[in-house]
Amino acid sequence: MAEEIKITVTRYNPDKEAELKTQTFTIPYHNDWSILDGLNYIKAELDGTLTYRWSCRMAVCGSCGMMVNGTPRLTCSTYLNEFYPGEITIEPLANFPIIRDLVVDLTDFMDKLKEVKPWIIRKNKSDENDTSKEYIQTTAQMDKYYQQTLCINCTLCYAACPVYGLHPDFIGPAVIALGYRYNNDSRDQGKDERRKFLASEDGVWKCTVVGDCTEVCPKHVDPSAVIQRTKVDNATNWFFSFLKGKK
Amino acid sequence: MDIINHDILIVGGGGAGLRAAIAISQMSPSLKTAVISKVYPMRSHTVAAEGGSAAVLNDDDTHDLHAYDTIKGSDYLADQDAVEVFVRDATNEVRQIERWGCPWNREEDGTIAARWFGGMSRKRTLHAADKTGFHLLHALFQTSLKFDTLKRYDEWHVCALLVDNGKVGGVLALNTRTGVFSILSAKAVILCTGGVGRMYAFTSNAGIKTADGAALTYRAGGPIKDMEFIQFHPSGLMRTGILITEASRGEGGYLFNKDGKRFLENYAPSKMELAPRDIVSRSIIEEILAGRGFKGTYGSYIHLDLRHLGEAKIMEKLPMVRELCLDFAGMDPVYDPIPIRPTMHYTMGGIHCDKDGKTPMPGLFSAGEAACVSIHGANRLGSNSLTELLVFGARAGRTAVEYVSTAKPVSADKLQSLAKDRMDFIQKRYMKAGNGKEKIGAILSELRKTMDEKVGIYRTEEPLKEAIQIIQKLKERFNKITLTQQSRVFNTELTAAMELDNMLEIAHVIAMCAQVRKESRGGHARKDYPTRNDEQFLHHSLTYQGKDGPRRETFPVTITKWQPEERKY
Ligand SMILES: Cc1cc2nc3c(=O)[nH]c(=O)nc-3n(C[C@H](O)[C@H](O)[C@H](O)COP(=O)(O)OP(=O)(O)OC[C@H]3O[C@@H](n4cnc5c(N)ncnc54)[C@H](O)[C@@H]3O)c2cc1C
Ligand code: FES
Repeated sequence: MAEEIKITVTRYNPDKEAELKTQTFTIPYHNDWSILDGLNYIKAELDGTLTYRWSCRMAVCGSCGMMVNGTPRLTCSTYLNEFYPGEITIEPLANFPIIRDLVVDLTDFMDKLKEVKPWIIRKNKSDENDTSKEYIQTTAQMDKYYQQTLCINCTLCYAACPVYGLHPDFIGPAVIALGYRYNNDSRDQGKDERRKFLASEDGVWKCTVVGDCTEVCPKHVDPSAVIQRTKVDNATNWFFSFLKGKK
Repeated sequence: MDIINHDILIVGGGGAGLRAAIAISQMSPSLKTAVISKVYPMRSHTVAAEGGSAAVLNDDDTHDLHAYDTIKGSDYLADQDAVEVFVRDATNEVRQIERWGCPWNREEDGTIAARWFGGMSRKRTLHAADKTGFHLLHALFQTSLKFDTLKRYDEWHVCALLVDNGKVGGVLALNTRTGVFSILSAKAVILCTGGVGRMYAFTSNAGIKTADGAALTYRAGGPIKDMEFIQFHPSGLMRTGILITEASRGEGGYLFNKDGKRFLENYAPSKMELAPRDIVSRSIIEEILAGRGFKGTYGSYIHLDLRHLGEAKIMEKLPMVRELCLDFAGMDPVYDPIPIRPTMHYTMGGIHCDKDGKTPMPGLFSAGEAACVSIHGANRLGSNSLTELLVFGARAGRTAVEYVSTAKPVSADKLQSLAKDRMDFIQKRYMKAGNGKEKIGAILSELRKTMDEKVGIYRTEEPLKEAIQIIQKLKERFNKITLTQQSRVFNTELTAAMELDNMLEIAHVIAMCAQVRKESRGGHARKDYPTRNDEQFLHHSLTYQGKDGPRRETFPVTITKWQPEERKY
């Protein structure tokens, strides 16, 4: 007999009933199938109503994050063979409201993304659209923020963050990392405009340094370290402005 | 039905759509502008582009050279006036996106760096490591957030264009989140919906590339152009078809057959691995057919070898290639050659429009991979597409702004009645609680298999005719599908059905145009007509939806100063 593996998924359809349920499917086991391949098999062959997001299937679009045996993962680059012959449980990303089955509501994340002003801000606005030449930026200057450009907005870090779980107002790891990315770009002059949001009550200071965000990040953005650096930066800024008598 | 009013509606939140949106927001913040996208914009497939974006920045390069390379690459099917505009605007656009934060790789002096790419006679492919599309898309998306006037409809699915007497007045769209259909009215609609890749089984394209824009236009009576020209990229990772960028050859990678020979010597001795994609892809297939490929579980392949580049260079210039190999092929290119074969990659054809993004239908505009201007002709040069998104996205946006300053909207009553017709159609076709036995998955698999086998890299009369027959049968089978669930919230089965319907329609056009074009040109290679035939076929194919299938007309190619010559590398 061909080898098989069991996948248990969360089911939820607000059109029909108010409760979450689970359903277990048995699918053929292939050593080189991703979990997403497994879900696509279920949808095509066993149950067309199973609902989840995916697109690129190459770990770059950020659509396919789910809880895999309790941990937030990208399902397109997590393989059945990591669990076989054990069973796999797939749940929607933790800490987000559920829309249907494995699809969660990202509205809160998208709103916060905008609030951190993730674009190059210049004192002189006409700089922003001057195409006569590029800004000069050395590789060393780029290294100061490049790692934080790599975020794919998969929100695994929000699903992992216990603080976000308790306080949904917390700005959260990816958005703070994005603020850091622009603040440390030599082309940007908008740090002051971002400070109010980043250093607000719901900003960096809420983080209790659990570090799970960094642990689960598939792109090594290291939000945890960045949050601590942003704290230091804001503390010193506060201190200097105090010395200068501004505060 | 609800009507939400706009001046300009952009369908698609990829590179082209967002560039258009920013152009409009800057030019005319008072216009009611919205971007509608079936996925969150930063999930669009532009995010997957790897290798780079071409533009002339260096002193040793000229716009004419970039234009010539592009036209020769296109096998002389590109419209040369459009290419001239493209290469000129390109220079400004790549600097503009730099000013919006794109982290282009730099030279030692901090200016933007370039790399080699196939078919380009100068180093002019700018890149952000090998995650260029990712950086470009996120820079555009994040920049677009600063325009408070720009509205977004994320995860809304456009189901039809609403057309009154040939004039476009908006779209009928499904809010996937709620399952509710609405009319989004607009004086101008810009289609930036990407390509058709998912109708092929072995493809580098994401799940969302389902020919929607071409099908929306075609059903609404508009022409689509040059659909037979499909690009196969030489290096798809075995099993999945995931792309290994051409930059891996641009940075010095080699292709080897199983005898350890760099076989491009026999096909393109002057450019070797950096010949254009159509030529390299066919060379790989020739090697495999001659028994000089490696054999594996998923068929024959050849080797892309990067080992001599060393770990440091791979990590600096090609980190994503390494990541993809580790994640999706379980091997490390620092130590082992990469198993690859050609993968369906890019749609040269698309919605017929001019260099300002204008289609023949008043109120309808297009840009990006969904459009066919045409600057790529029969074969696109790698790294010209990302640049195209910027150049023609911006141009289409500006053209639409001009158009709406005088255009009159289609009346609300008229839109209601058009939408009602479309709604009836949708209900009957996709949402009926019938007892049909057909499943979406089965029809899709058969379509994809047919396209791979019969409308692939090499084409011949008989298999093409068979493909047309099979597609017609699949269309009949589609009439008997039944969705397993009629729920409203996030019904991905319904959207998958609409996407499959679109792909069937456009696959039919592709196969038919491929059968009619009895010559070989760029990406369209006929085994039975192996040479280019300018006398009979130096023209674009324009296709309209006819009563019993596609109706093909021809459209002249614009030639300015580069006369067609033999294409050799
Ligand atoms: C793996 C890969 C690598 C590539 N690398 C390069 C490269 O290095 N250099 C280069 O120049 N080119 C490259 N290309 C090509 C280039 O990336 C694409 O041609 C380009 O990104 C397409 O952009 P777009 O904006 O036209 O469409 P996309 O980015 O595909 O976006 C399409 C948009 O339309 C929306 N949409 C579609 N249908 C509907 C509908 N019915 N309703 C609502 N919204 C809809 C989608 O949600 C999406 O937002 C690559 C392509 C691939 C696949
Ligand atoms: S499907 Fe795009 S990240 Fe997994």
